[in-house]
Amino acid sequence: MNSREHILSKIKAIPRDEKPLPKIPDFSFEGDLAEKFTQSIQFNKGEIVGAGDLAGIIAQNKFKKILSLVSSFEALANTELPADSHQLKDLDLAIIEGQFGVAENAAIWLTDENMGLRALPFITEHLVIVLKKNSLVTNMHEAYKKISLAHSGFGLFIAGPSKTADIEQSLVIGAHGAKSLRVVLM
Amino acid sequence: MNHPQEATEFLKDAANAKWHDDTLWFVRDKRDKVSKSVPEWEKLRNLASDIKDNVLANLETYLVEFEKNAKANNIHVHWAKDAAEHNQIVLGILNEHRCKAIVKSKSILTEECHLNPFLEKNGVEVVDTDLGERIVQFLNQPPSHIVLPAIHLKKMAISDIFHEKLQTEKGNDDPYYLTQAARKHLREKFLAAKVAITGVNFGVAETGEFVVCTNEGNADMGVHLADVHIACMGIEKIIPKREHLGVFLRLLARSATGQSITNYNSHFRSPSPGKEIHIVLVDNGRTEQLAREKFRNSLKCIRCGACMNTCPIYRRSGGFSYGSTVPGPIGSILSPGIDLQKHSSLPFASTLCGSCSDVCPVKINIHEQLYEWRQEITKAQGTNAKSISMSIANGIFAVPFAYKLSASMMRGALKILPESITYSGLNTWGKQRDLPELPKETFKDWYKKNRK
Amino acid sequence: MPQVNKIGLFIPCYVDQFYPNVAIATLELLEKLGCEVVYPSGQTCCGQPMANAGYERDTVGTAKHFLKTFKDFDYIVAPSGSCVLHVKEHSPSVPGLESEQQVTQHKIYELTEFITDVLKIDSIQGSYPHKVGYHASCHGQRGLRLASASELHETPFNKARQLLQQLEGLEWVELTRKDECCGFGGTFAVTEEALSIQMGKDRLEDHISHDVEILTGGDMSCIMHLQGIASRNKQNIQFKHIAEILNEAIS
Repeated sequence: MNSREHILSKIKAIPRDEKPLPKIPDFSFEGDLAEKFTQSIQFNKGEIVGAGDLAGIIAQNKFKKILSLVSSFEALANTELPADSHQLKDLDLAIIEGQFGVAENAAIWLTDENMGLRALPFITEHLVIVLKKNSLVTNMHEAYKKISLAHSGFGLFIAGPSKTADIEQSLVIGAHGAKSLRVVLM
Repeated sequence: MNHPQEATEFLKDAANAKWHDDTLWFVRDKRDKVSKSVPEWEKLRNLASDIKDNVLANLETYLVEFEKNAKANNIHVHWAKDAAEHNQIVLGILNEHRCKAIVKSKSILTEECHLNPFLEKNGVEVVDTDLGERIVQFLNQPPSHIVLPAIHLKKMAISDIFHEKLQTEKGNDDPYYLTQAARKHLREKFLAAKVAITGVNFGVAETGEFVVCTNEGNADMGVHLADVHIACMGIEKIIPKREHLGVFLRLLARSATGQSITNYNSHFRSPSPGKEIHIVLVDNGRTEQLAREKFRNSLKCIRCGACMNTCPIYRRSGGFSYGSTVPGPIGSILSPGIDLQKHSSLPFASTLCGSCSDVCPVKINIHEQLYEWRQEITKAQGTNAKSISMSIANGIFAVPFAYKLSASMMRGALKILPESITYSGLNTWGKQRDLPELPKETFKDWYKKNRK
Repeated sequence: MPQVNKIGLFIPCYVDQFYPNVAIATLELLEKLGCEVVYPSGQTCCGQPMANAGYERDTVGTAKHFLKTFKDFDYIVAPSGSCVLHVKEHSPSVPGLESEQQVTQHKIYELTEFITDVLKIDSIQGSYPHKVGYHASCHGQRGLRLASASELHETPFNKARQLLQQLEGLEWVELTRKDECCGFGGTFAVTEEALSIQMGKDRLEDHISHDVEILTGGDMSCIMHLQGIASRNKQNIQFKHIAEILNEAIS
């Protein structure tokens, strides 16, 4: 018997009572979703910026290598998506589009089509996600309803910049992934 | 391992022990605050618990469904009955790709299987990429907490080891500075690795996808730059449907660190073109635990670490005092199932205060299982241990007054208890505590005189 | 107040031996509240120390004795959350007396919950001009749910506080960690002595740093442990069971 059969038959041999799957009730809430989303992303150490602020942010931070997968911000970009993720290692800023955001925790849903290369939102030093205000949903239950069973090889809920508190619980922004997350709510 | 001895040792550095307690209490406090901002919190815990009950009742069905869907998505699925087989499978994949260096994000399962030493023995360089894990790896230590691996270390200790390993400035213990040094160091490792290993937070039967949650982004940095992704998953990590992720992702980070969600929640469903994803489904004692009805629902654990942060014992004795891969309350109900003899002191490393059960996002009755393990352990230990353990137990109440009262009074009060009471408990009770003042008469005597 | 019938007073063995005043206060308090109370003198230890040490199976005799001792009472009341919890949840099944056991487990109450839930008394009239810190024993708190737990998202309540707070002049002290364990834990106090002491010291520190004058609670076992540490370290704080405070305040 191979290990697969071994494990499965061992489990089958254990008498267990039937336990029904619960139904998930509707936990959505009323309220200004953009306001809630803004609070949530600030709590996660991200921030909301205006579309018009980006040029200033780029200049102020002296970002050199900039990539945009959002057509309306292509004017700010000066590099294209490479063939290999490793070539993104000196990318200062990536501007990508999020599919929708979740107000309760500022999680933003991205799939392969938003990233081009899966490494992009992680390897870039700084990240901007453009998000439509009317895409916001209340909570994670609504979020998964929206995703449903849509197929993507890779999907990501991103909710803030890379962070760690592994040294004495001191919060440090910018562990391995992007050092900042700015969201443009359109 | 003997928990009382280890705890005594830990408490000798009183300042450090207090810091450890305060730091973890701070995390527990954040968890309290954020959980109370979710009106349906207790309903979510019930849902999560019910979903996991359903999983354990139908585990074989979900595993087969998961396998079928994962395979359809071009994911390679492997099955390992124990740690040794798991390690061999991982090594086999590495050999196939002639890979001699890997990056690995946090996975309690690979700790449990002792994958790192195994790979290193086979000539593979393993780089743990979670910052806390990298720190303890530099120090040749295991993680002391499943979510906060380096929580036992002060920043100067980290500064010292970084100075040695990463040539940071001597004495600079600024967390930002140290983190940036690690970022630079690990970036090189990420860019060079051909194979990346991750753990799994949730495997979804319905879609064959699996979800990995981090705050640092280290799991993603590893797997998206590598050609091959190996995900190691305990068989109990399966959940039935995608919609159930909504319940668990709402609970996990809030319970773990008091965040509303981890910053990166990656759903792996199929590999990028030209790349490979392998998933190793591991039993390693889980089916045995499943068969133990009283302890079955310990397998509901989603490894948030909340029970550690809340545990007054864990906070004051540190993760290493448990001598098990998973420390703290949940570890104390999982570990005896793996090695009863070795871990027999763990279920007693508790006052049965019940805080662990109340913070648990999947409502595992941890403290009740600690009580049940005590019953099992005394059975397994036989009669020899009995007189010792019982005399200690009885000693708490019986011995202090036996010390001052006559033997006849003692027997009168406790005639139900056997007379194997020894006086060993007395010295321990009185070492740092006074005995109560002895009253002139017992209540029983008073009652006889004053009523009826 | 509903007419309450016969109450069997269950006094934990160590309270009988060490703290007769707590037992007397419990008896007098219940009598003042109009109850008919009897103390069955044949009672013994409930078996908790053995069960928590892993020998529940050896306490069948104790459990049987308990059932017989209290079978004729309508209610059983004890000034201890811990012992009540044991009888309710951890008494081993007694062959032949299963239904009696079930009845017993439903008619046994910890003192404060008996007053608030059975006697339906919301507040006690009296005066107690002191700064009081409340130690929530874990078995009462999370076992019997005598107060809301800080871990749970639930409407705050506390049965002891409900009774104490109405007393004239009593100042209820808010603690930093309102329901953390004191480290007594039965066998734990000896088997894990170092931890037990540290936990006790930390609890005391919380009360003392908030200028608590009298530390009270519903379980003398926790208080015995805390008092033992405070006494050894010559800390200036008094200890009283809640029954003593209520009984004193009423008169």
